[in-house]
Amino acid sequence: MKIKKIILILLLLNLNFGNVYSIQPDVFVQSTVNRASEVLSKNISKEEKIIQLKIIAKDTVDIKGVGYYSIGSARKNLDENQKKKYLSLFEKYFLKSFSSRLSEYTNPKIEVQGKEVINKNYTIVNSLLIATSERPEVKIDWRVYTKNPENPLIRDLIIEGLSLARTQKEEFASILNSNNGDIKVLFETLKKFAEN
Amino acid sequence: MLKKLIIIIFSFFLLTFNVNAGDDGELALNNKEEQKEIKDCFERLNRATFAFNQGLDKAVIKPIAKNYKKLPDPIQRGTSNVVKNLSNLITIPNNILQGDVKLAIINTARLAVNTTVGLLGTIDVANKMGFPKYEKEDYGQTLGAWGVGPGCYLVLPVLGPSTVRDTAGSFANVIGGDPWYNASTHGNNEFLSERLYLTSKALNGIDFRANNIDSFDNLEKNSLDFYASVKSLYVQDRENKINNNQRGSIEVLYKDEEDWEEIDSK
Repeated sequence: MKIKKIILILLLLNLNFGNVYSIQPDVFVQSTVNRASEVLSKNISKEEKIIQLKIIAKDTVDIKGVGYYSIGSARKNLDENQKKKYLSLFEKYFLKSFSSRLSEYTNPKIEVQGKEVINKNYTIVNSLLIATSERPEVKIDWRVYTKNPENPLIRDLIIEGLSLARTQKEEFASILNSNNGDIKVLFETLKKFAEN
Repeated sequence: MLKKLIIIIFSFFLLTFNVNAGDDGELALNNKEEQKEIKDCFERLNRATFAFNQGLDKAVIKPIAKNYKKLPDPIQRGTSNVVKNLSNLITIPNNILQGDVKLAIINTARLAVNTTVGLLGTIDVANKMGFPKYEKEDYGQTLGAWGVGPGCYLVLPVLGPSTVRDTAGSFANVIGGDPWYNASTHGNNEFLSERLYLTSKALNGIDFRANNIDSFDNLEKNSLDFYASVKSLYVQDRENKINNNQRGSIEVLYKDEEDWEEIDSK
């Protein structure tokens, strides 16, 4: 009887801890946005901002997942060495592209407005980039990968209905198609972008 | 009359070609991923036109757009409102063609209020009165809503990205589908002329370019293949408009769901 009680208590505690550690996708997005806003509003050089934005991206974006999505069906033809090489090049390319895009904004204000659970792996978080005198308001949806609820990760940004991941994927496909599917050309293009 | 006839024949040719292209595509494409992508049948020509348009943009359009941005806010807003108000004349018939009579009535009321109380559309009075958010419609969208596929991707000189379907849809404007065009070019009116019509179209383009200067620069700077990025964004935008996706996200995302489900980065 005592053992049964102990097991029950342990089980309840476990459930409770499970809840404590799972992070809600909307809270996760708002905290990520706050971190980025803080960096962007700091009185530091653009280069320093880019370094800090890269750290945030590494913490919050599923770079490997986005990389596999972007290369599309071509990933099935990669051997292990090519996969490693691709993921390494993609990470450098992604971080440069992501931080460079973001560093153009100064003190952006983003309000999280709601969320929609697609399935156990994905939740879409809806947000709004508040208008300024320079630009109108912009709707931004975030595709959050929730397979591990304790560590949600961003997989896509959908700006006014336009998916950045899909655009990237179609860009990669175009490079491959224009070069008879030669993966080396894509590797070279990614390398050049990251080095420039 | 001859001009009209040529346009009708050309539109018919485009749509017929579009149907054939779609049929061939369905037969040839087995890969799910490729099926989703729009065919770029004239890629070499499209890339050349794209390069020409980029040159034209850098030399002429972007400098004009930059100067337009320097104009006082009320002038920019007024210009933007006028061209948006005129676009109702194309939106309303398309609302009807898509079976959305209620929206056609709302947009007719919007046009009437903004043209009269809003001083020829310079002030968006309807918006202040709480009218629903305005969504432009065109003949390309209507063809899409009727089930006509996009066909091959096209880059038009000066006008930019399009598809066979959307180009055919645009021809409807000049064969009677755009009352503003009809009144400007064929109306016996001393105030309206073809030049005024072309000016309104040019202002529409400059207003759009001015509102997107930073976004375009950012996109160009961070693209591996700028041509492919623009193509992708155009296609996604048209899909959203044809499906009338308010946020533009969920429906599109669901469409891509299988691609994402296959990816497990852990």
